[in-house]
Amino acid sequence: MAATLKDATAIVGIGQTAFARQLAAGEKELACRAILAALADAGIAPAEVDAFASYTMEETDEVEVAKSIGAGDVTFFSKVGYGGGGSCATVGHLAAAIATGQASVGVAWRSRKRGSGPRPWKNTTVQLPTPGQWTRPFGLLRPADEIGMLARRYMHEYGATRDHLFNVAMACRNRANENPAAMMYERPLTREMYMTSRMISEPLCLFDNCLETDGALACVIVSAERARDCRQRPVYVHSVAQGLPSQHHGMVNYWNDDPLSGPAWTAARHLWKQADFGPEDVDVAQIYDAFTPLIPLSLEGYGFCGRGEGAAFTEGGALEMGGRLPINTGGGGLSEAYVHGFNLINEGVKQLRGISTAQVPDAATCLVTAGEGVPTSAILLRS
Amino acid sequence: MTAPAESLLLPVPDEDGAPFWEYAARGELRIQTCADCGRLRFPPRPCCPHCGSFASEWRLMSGRGRIWSYVRPHPPLLPAYAAHAPYNVILVELVEEPLIRLAGNLVTSADAPLDSVDPARLRIGARVQVVFTETGGMSVPRWVLERP
Repeated sequence: MAATLKDATAIVGIGQTAFARQLAAGEKELACRAILAALADAGIAPAEVDAFASYTMEETDEVEVAKSIGAGDVTFFSKVGYGGGGSCATVGHLAAAIATGQASVGVAWRSRKRGSGPRPWKNTTVQLPTPGQWTRPFGLLRPADEIGMLARRYMHEYGATRDHLFNVAMACRNRANENPAAMMYERPLTREMYMTSRMISEPLCLFDNCLETDGALACVIVSAERARDCRQRPVYVHSVAQGLPSQHHGMVNYWNDDPLSGPAWTAARHLWKQADFGPEDVDVAQIYDAFTPLIPLSLEGYGFCGRGEGAAFTEGGALEMGGRLPINTGGGGLSEAYVHGFNLINEGVKQLRGISTAQVPDAATCLVTAGEGVPTSAILLRS
Repeated sequence: MTAPAESLLLPVPDEDGAPFWEYAARGELRIQTCADCGRLRFPPRPCCPHCGSFASEWRLMSGRGRIWSYVRPHPPLLPAYAAHAPYNVILVELVEEPLIRLAGNLVTSADAPLDSVDPARLRIGARVQVVFTETGGMSVPRWVLERP
């Protein structure tokens, strides 16, 4: 029988710092605090950690983290590219390493001071990846501009409206209003606020954009066998996938047959192929939400509805508690914190432990996705 | 163009993209084409994703296309862009190969500012024609409506 990652590993510890527009501590300290919190949650000593995974955009490297937290000899370390597209792949890489015996205790983390730090798009001295010459001189400067272009076309082709995007923003804000750790905990949103807010890149307004956050998160992954002896109820990594579609161009995916079917479709095909259940069996989903249009696109990509139906899917409270598919139950990147999607991973774990601040009753399966519109990744979790 | 426009970002060509900008300096819109199988490709790259050939040529386009999508960026933006915000950025599908969608700006004439077109004229499907403007020592494509 071929080797499989299915349920071979589990997330047994999660940790996070406070989330705020500005935190005093540096990224390294935040990383260490989140990692040590996750290990304490798991009941595993730092000296047992022998694997690390993070993002290529992570500023604190494994050497710094390992020596600060007091890790043991490390035998596996990996970093995944493409910003928020790498979030779930950090868990996937550790699952693969542990399932194949290259390591036994893995820590994935992301620490970022995006709230108080510079906006990446403001850096004009560094030549961005190749597509920069084809887009930036024309004023397509920010991710919001690049995704806004796809959003406008999506609205044109499928009749999606700003009200559909509002449904996404509202669902995330409602969950954040239930989550004391969320940056938008005490900040309700109304349709009027949304419709009259300033535009960032038409058709996208302020509330279509994620937060700018200082904060860090981490999780701990071990084998399923070891997980049964850990302090917390294991949350099994059921299926993992990365996705870089044929002829994909990153966030400026303008030069292929079908710019509106992005990396989610590629990751989804592999994710479901490896899984014992399908989209209809997902109890709750944590879908990467740097921008509201990524939700309808991802709903289509991961098979919750057909092509062009993602916007309509959001109607009638479908994304709210008790709806067809409650999403981003901690508030997501739009309303809890934007830490390159790592809070979505930890929220998925909370749901399957039954401790979310917006708990879906008896949730047993959760999809977590990474950034859509860039080479991406996804994991299916089950209890 | 005048001073503010010169502080717009200039293209920073890479080795594959350099010929595009060299042809643009002559007022020509050319797209990399496989010299073996004849397929157009964009952005330019070392070899053909269809047949693997490293031989390529640069085919002259008519410069005509249609608006596939557009955005209107508002601040916060880099200062030179904020000065004209909200401006438009359009994606133009080329008549010769609609899967190639060039980013650019719809303007009233080659040297007009990025916000020179009435936003009411922005429409998916509108026919446009390439023009070139000189900025910071480079020639950069802009787009005007076929029927202004």
